Amino acid sequence: MINIALGHYLILAAIIFMIGVVGIFLNRKNVIIILMSIELILLAVNINLVSFSIFTQDLTGQIFTMFILTVAAAEAAIGLAIIVAYYRNKGSIRIEDISSLKG
Amino acid sequence: MDQLNLIIPELFLTTSIMILLMLGVFYKNSFNLIFKLSTIVLLATFILLFNHSVDTSATLFNNSYTIDYLSLFMKALTLVACIFVMLSSFDYIKLIGINKIEYPILILSATLGMMIMISSYDLIVFYMGLELQSLSLYVLVSFNRDSYRSTEAGLKYFVLSALSSGLLLYGCSLIYGFSNSTNFDLISQNIDQFNTGSIFGIVFILVGLAFKVSAVPFHMWAPDVYEGSPTSVTAFFAIVPKVAALTVFIRFLYVPFINLVDQWQMIIIFISLASMILGAVAAIGQTNLKRLMAYSAIGHMGYALAGLATGSNEGIQSAVIYLSIYLLMNLGIFSCIFMMKRKDIFYEDIQDLSGLSKNHPIISVCLLVLLFSLAGIPPLAGFFAKFYVFMAVIKVEMYTLAIIGLITTVISAFYYLRIIKIIYFDDPKEIFEIDKNLGLKVSLFLSTIIILIYFIYPSLLIDMVSNINVI
Repeated sequence: MINIALGHYLILAAIIFMIGVVGIFLNRKNVIIILMSIELILLAVNINLVSFSIFTQDLTGQIFTMFILTVAAAEAAIGLAIIVAYYRNKGSIRIEDISSLKG
Repeated sequence: MDQLNLIIPELFLTTSIMILLMLGVFYKNSFNLIFKLSTIVLLATFILLFNHSVDTSATLFNNSYTIDYLSLFMKALTLVACIFVMLSSFDYIKLIGINKIEYPILILSATLGMMIMISSYDLIVFYMGLELQSLSLYVLVSFNRDSYRSTEAGLKYFVLSALSSGLLLYGCSLIYGFSNSTNFDLISQNIDQFNTGSIFGIVFILVGLAFKVSAVPFHMWAPDVYEGSPTSVTAFFAIVPKVAALTVFIRFLYVPFINLVDQWQMIIIFISLASMILGAVAAIGQTNLKRLMAYSAIGHMGYALAGLATGSNEGIQSAVIYLSIYLLMNLGIFSCIFMMKRKDIFYEDIQDLSGLSKNHPIISVCLLVLLFSLAGIPPLAGFFAKFYVFMAVIKVEMYTLAIIGLITTVISAFYYLRIIKIIYFDDPKEIFEIDKNLGLKVSLFLSTIIILIYFIYPSLLIDMVSNINVI
């Protein structure tokens, strides 16, 4: 049995974080996937904070996590609302179509 | 109780937001009332700022919130800028039909978020302030929800801003883990400058902050958002959030990360150089005035960051002076954009200004002063702003930064002068309808006059700013 230490949690969080960031930049299809990637990034941050909090015996990190969870919910709600407003104007949420502003 | 006394402005603003929201829900079609009340609330908050003496310096709530001269000055700047933006954009909002009660209330809550950011002294408080500001701004950008461009700008801003908040938070989590605290003072004591984890944390936090001030290479949202959102929101964006973002930059660099100057200095110099160069070069080909102002904002943030890169008190003070004067110039320019209206349609192309001097000589003179000042031509205020920054930069012997800054100033003068050429030497177009709106005229003439006569008595601003001692 390997002993699971802080480093393992940090690597897990780093991997999830990278998946989130790469998901935003490589995704060419759908805006909803971007929303999911943003949630992944925030979850990676939460894993980081909770594991730091446990391994350093300091509660602040877990309190921070609670705040992040709340704000993430509000952010997702606003994001979905903006996507709905956009969809009503454009009739599509494909990423290639989001291109009327450029230069 | 002593502590609550110091945050009376924030408490007042919070309560007012809730009361105004209730008022708006129970009285139908009360936009005019809510809008005027919001402006009065902002004014009252501004007055309440001076409830405690100017040189109070205290940290409240277990050292998580700080009241000092920097926070007082920046809050005052934010509120004044916000009041003028509100006053000048009233007619525009009514005319394009976004006169819903949520609009002024969202502006108030964004301002509250900025005030919390400015005073924050703890990662959690900072994050809450930042999100309160960003969430309100997401909605404001896409506020004209029947407009295709506005919602697209909102979508772009949402995605990129949420991403940058995520990066910033990841940095915060690393800093928390490797310094074992979220308090700025404790971070500066505990952080280990040779630990890879904390250096990664700093890089992530700087990336997030650079996004908020629209510095290169994280500027790509700014032109789209400036162009797509309603002009009243663009004016707000161009003027108000910059103050809070720059204050947070100052706080992060000079309180928790002060022992790691060597690590962040190169990053800030790079960001500053890249912003100056891109702001000068990319603006040349623009035809839309709002988009042009976005690139100009990127360039100007580069100059302000050059002041921060010095790592000295003079550098910080010069950056704050730069920001104050830049806000003033922007206010004037956006007042002019609000005036470009024929038969209830607003124009925002540079070509629409052609021959303005024949029909509207007074506005043309104002624009001339503002654009010369943006280009940094003496004896206008914009010249002094750049002068202080470059003096601070040369004092710490960063000659490359100063030289490239001067070169980009010359390049960017080209596109400001091109607008002046279009105004004064091209064929006149149809006459613009001039607004009866007093607030618009006041903000235009006030900003022009202050910029014009700044050189007579520059020590007024310098004395105010010289009390800022972060280090």
